[in-house]
Amino acid sequence: MKFASEFRDRELVSGIVEKIGDVCRHDWTLMEFCGTHTVAIFRHGLKTLLPDRLRLVSGPGCPVCVTSRADIDRILSLSDTPGSIVATYGDMMKVPGSTMNLSERRARGADIRMVYSSYDAIALAEKNPEKKVFFIGIGFETTAPSTAAAVLKAAEAGLGNFFVLALHKRTPPVVGALIEHGTSVDGFICPGHVCSIIGAKPLEPVASVWKKPCVVAGFEPSDVLQAIYMLIRQLEEGRSEVEIEYLRAVSYDGNANALAAIDRVFATTSSEWRGIGMVEDTGLMLRDEFSRLDAAPFTDRDITSRPDPAGCKCGDVLRGDLIPTQCPLFGKTCTPQNPVGPCMVSSEGSCAAYYQYAGE
Amino acid sequence: MCLAIPALIVEKDGVRAKANIGGVVREISLEIVDLPAEVGDYVLVHAGFAIHKLEKEYALETLRLMREVLG
Ligand code: SF4
Repeated sequence: MKFASEFRDRELVSGIVEKIGDVCRHDWTLMEFCGTHTVAIFRHGLKTLLPDRLRLVSGPGCPVCVTSRADIDRILSLSDTPGSIVATYGDMMKVPGSTMNLSERRARGADIRMVYSSYDAIALAEKNPEKKVFFIGIGFETTAPSTAAAVLKAAEAGLGNFFVLALHKRTPPVVGALIEHGTSVDGFICPGHVCSIIGAKPLEPVASVWKKPCVVAGFEPSDVLQAIYMLIRQLEEGRSEVEIEYLRAVSYDGNANALAAIDRVFATTSSEWRGIGMVEDTGLMLRDEFSRLDAAPFTDRDITSRPDPAGCKCGDVLRGDLIPTQCPLFGKTCTPQNPVGPCMVSSEGSCAAYYQYAGE
Repeated sequence: MCLAIPALIVEKDGVRAKANIGGVVREISLEIVDLPAEVGDYVLVHAGFAIHKLEKEYALETLRLMREVLG
């Protein structure tokens, strides 16, 4: 068992496609919340395998895309601190701030480094004791525990030159915000790796209060299709429950160790989502006890919310109201080489996925 | 960004381990993994951290459900 190739078997995939055709009797719209699912759906051409009555829309599940413009500007302002190193995941480098992106800022001399792990940022701080290392803690619950682990490690080691800009986001409350905003989505393909950490349980209100079925899905082609099958069965049978397709990675209660690390380091706060706005309880901020490691005091305090670039429809795309090709800038002034909005920057953004795989 | 990849643990020293991730051996941390993981176990790795120990019976159960056809 390699936990991957077994789930790419052609016969397995075509069997599930057949089951979907058998159970699907009505028109349904499903949202894949997670950008990693968006990419899997495009890469494996899954839309072409599904019945016409089924519509898949992408959701706000790319942490890069939903980071507000103001937060990108805050990251940029950190690099102005004399003697600083900004350590960030590579995904962030090309996201446009108000005037430039991190990559352009680096070309102008700022010390901005790409790291693979939060511990690489700790190593940078250890190696450069005369510098301040600002680690950009970004991502959903999948990534938050690794930032928490780094904070605990730095605190324990008394590392005085390591700081974290906490931009992590929590996902379940935003699904509620999306539904309250008004959505045509009937059911949710839920993010497998987020739920590895938080479990399936936090999705319960989506199914019980808002009556939208949820299936937590893995990322291989058969996983995504099986999750779609499970959702359609729920919808056709008039059920709305939380189910787990991705049993090998997700339990109902989640990863207690990782949740404890998050809880130890972070408190919940509100957070700004691009295209959605401020959503209560979706942000994580460092607890007072760790305030010494907070990078926020080094950011420019005058930065306030800023609107998306003129003409960019990222907000509508992130809510699943528009598909990227409906944006007038798509493929014209906005391309992956020259992105206008964040949905075109991240490889997991819906606009980038549509652009890369369109016509295939 | 929430990509996590199955990786085989090939060496372990406390909470630090080396894992084969799609042919590349990398150092990973076992600090936040949900269950004790040993050399020979598969874990899901995200940004240098094992986040979940993969167990065969759950994978087999999903494969069984995928193949199940309801009459
Ligand atoms: S195509 Fe570009 S401008 Fe249009 S919504 Fe997507 S990112 Fe924004």
